[in-house]
Amino acid sequence: MDLFPLWNSLRIALISSVIVFFAGIFAAEYITRLSRGLKGFLDVVLTLPLVLPPTVVGYFLLCFLGPNRLIGEWVQSLFQIRLTMVWYAAIFASSAVAFPLMYRTARGAFEAFDPALKCAAQTLGLSDAYIFWRIKLPCCRSGVLAGTVLAFARALGEYGATSMIAGYTPGRTATVSTAVYHLWRTGSEVLAFKWALINIAISFAVLMAVNFLEKRRTGGYR
Amino acid sequence: MAVSVDIRKRLGSFELKVSFQTEGGVHGLLGASGCGKSLTLLCIAGVMKPDSGRIEVDGRVLFDSGRGIDLPPQKRSVGLLFQNYALFPNMTLEENLRAALHAKGRSRDGEAVGAMLRRFHLQGLENHYPVQLSGGQQQRAALARILLSGPELLMLDEPLSALDSYLRRQTELELMEVFESFGGSILFVSHSRGEVRRLCRSVTVIDSGFGRGSVSVRELFEAPRTLSQAMAAGWENYSRVRKIGEGRLLAEDWGFELAVPDIPADSRYAAVRARSLHLSVEPGLNAIPVKILRTVADINCTAILAAPAEGGEGMAVLRAEAETFPPFEGEKAYLNFPPGSLLFLGS
Repeated sequence: MDLFPLWNSLRIALISSVIVFFAGIFAAEYITRLSRGLKGFLDVVLTLPLVLPPTVVGYFLLCFLGPNRLIGEWVQSLFQIRLTMVWYAAIFASSAVAFPLMYRTARGAFEAFDPALKCAAQTLGLSDAYIFWRIKLPCCRSGVLAGTVLAFARALGEYGATSMIAGYTPGRTATVSTAVYHLWRTGSEVLAFKWALINIAISFAVLMAVNFLEKRRTGGYR
Repeated sequence: MAVSVDIRKRLGSFELKVSFQTEGGVHGLLGASGCGKSLTLLCIAGVMKPDSGRIEVDGRVLFDSGRGIDLPPQKRSVGLLFQNYALFPNMTLEENLRAALHAKGRSRDGEAVGAMLRRFHLQGLENHYPVQLSGGQQQRAALARILLSGPELLMLDEPLSALDSYLRRQTELELMEVFESFGGSILFVSHSRGEVRRLCRSVTVIDSGFGRGSVSVRELFEAPRTLSQAMAAGWENYSRVRKIGEGRLLAEDWGFELAVPDIPADSRYAAVRARSLHLSVEPGLNAIPVKILRTVADINCTAILAAPAEGGEGMAVLRAEAETFPPFEGEKAYLNFPPGSLLFLGS
C-alpha cells in the first residue's frame, strides 16, 4: 500500500494549520477593535468559507490562482512555478476552508479575556505586543489550541476545493480524502476501505484532543 | 503634588461629568456603585478616553482635548489597583512582579522584587499562581506590582470591598502604611463612608455621574454644604424647605412645618440625622405626629421608619432611632426635632 496520500495530507494540513493559526489570531484580534458596522461585515466575509460549498471556494481560488489568471500568471512569470495541479496547491484550498474555524474559536476565546488584565498591563507600562503575546495569548491558550486542532482536522479532511485546484495525481497530489474517492471510483474497494479507516482514526484522535482542551479551558490555570 | 481633573464622558445613556483638584495626599472619590467613580479612574489611567476635558498630575498634562494631548496609558506613570486585582493568571507571583520591571527594562532586578516580596509579606509564595493566593495576598501582590512600576499617582478602586470584614480591618491598616510611605498623590475610590473618613484627607462626592469640587473629609462629615454631600456623609433624612414666615419653615417633602429661629437665606434643603430624632408620646415644640411603619433591630439601637400622620399621600418616610423600648408598628407617636438638629443646605 502506497502511503504517499497520508504523508501528503499531513504536510498539507500542518502547513495550512500554521498559516491559519497566525491569520486566525490576527484577524480575531484586530476585528474586535473595529467599529460595529465594519466588524459585522468583515465577520461575515471571514466566516463565509465555513458555510460555502468547498467547490465554490475552489472556483474562486481557480479564478485567482489559475494559469492565466491574475495571481497565477504573475507568480508564473516571476518564479516560473504554477499554483495549480501541484501538491502545495492544496495548501491554499485547505487554508481557505479551515481559516474560519480558527478565526471564530480564537475570537470566542479573546472575547472571554478579562479586559481589566489588558488595562492593568498598560498602566504598568507594558507594550501592546507584550500584552498580546505574553498575557492574552497564554490566557486564551486552550481556546486557541482547540481552534488550531479543529483547523488542522478540517484541513486534513478537505476534499472539494482540493480536488478542483490540486486534482488527483497518484504519487504527486493525492491526499487521503481524494484517494478514497478515486479508489472507490476505480473499483479498489478494499483499499478505499483502508483509507476510510485511517481517516476515521485521525478524526477520532483530533476530536478527543479538542474535548480535552475544552475541558482544560474551564478548569482554570496550571 | 496635585491632581487636577475636569472631564466629560458619555457612555450610552450615562453621562460622566467630574471635576476636582487635590493638593496631594489621599483623595477619596465617594459615591454609590455605578455612579462613575471607576470610570473616572479609567479615564485618568488612559484606558478610557474622555470626550473632552483635561487631566493633570503634578503639572504633567496627561490629557487635554483642547490641545490634542492624549498620552497612552504606558506613558502616564499612573498605577491603578483594580477591584479584582488583575494579576496575570498565566504568570506566577514573581513573574507578575517582574512584568512590572520588564516595562522599565530591568526585569533582572531580583533585588527589587525580593524587597517588595518582603515588604508585602509574600515570601515563599513566589512560585504560586494568582488562583492559589488568598484575596488579601492577591491584593498585596497587585499593590507590590504597581509600586515596582514606579507610578507618580496611585489609584485604588474599591480595594477593600472584595474582602471579608475581618480581613478588611487588617488590610486597611496595611493600606495606611502604604499610603504614608508613598510619595505621590493617591486617589481612593470607595462607596464606604467609613473607609473614606479613616483613610482620606479630602474627598469628592460623585452622584450619578456628576461630581464637582473637593472638600476635606472633616468638612464633609461635620458640615456638608450640598445635598449630595449630606447624602454621601450619611444623613438619612432630607427635604426641600421653604421659609414661610419669621422663624417658620415648611418642609415640603415631609409635609409639615417646623419652628426654627434662624434660617439661612439660601437654604433649599434641610437634612437631619436619624439618631437626632427621638420619639415621644407627648406633643411639644417641633414634635410631629407620625405613624410608625416599621421597626428594625440594629446592633446598637432600633431603626424606625415613620410617616408623617397628617402629611397625606406621597410624603417622604422619616428614619429615626430609638435606644430603648421601641414603639410597636402601626402605633402613633411624636417625632421630636431638637433645636440645632436641622442642617441647612444650599443648591
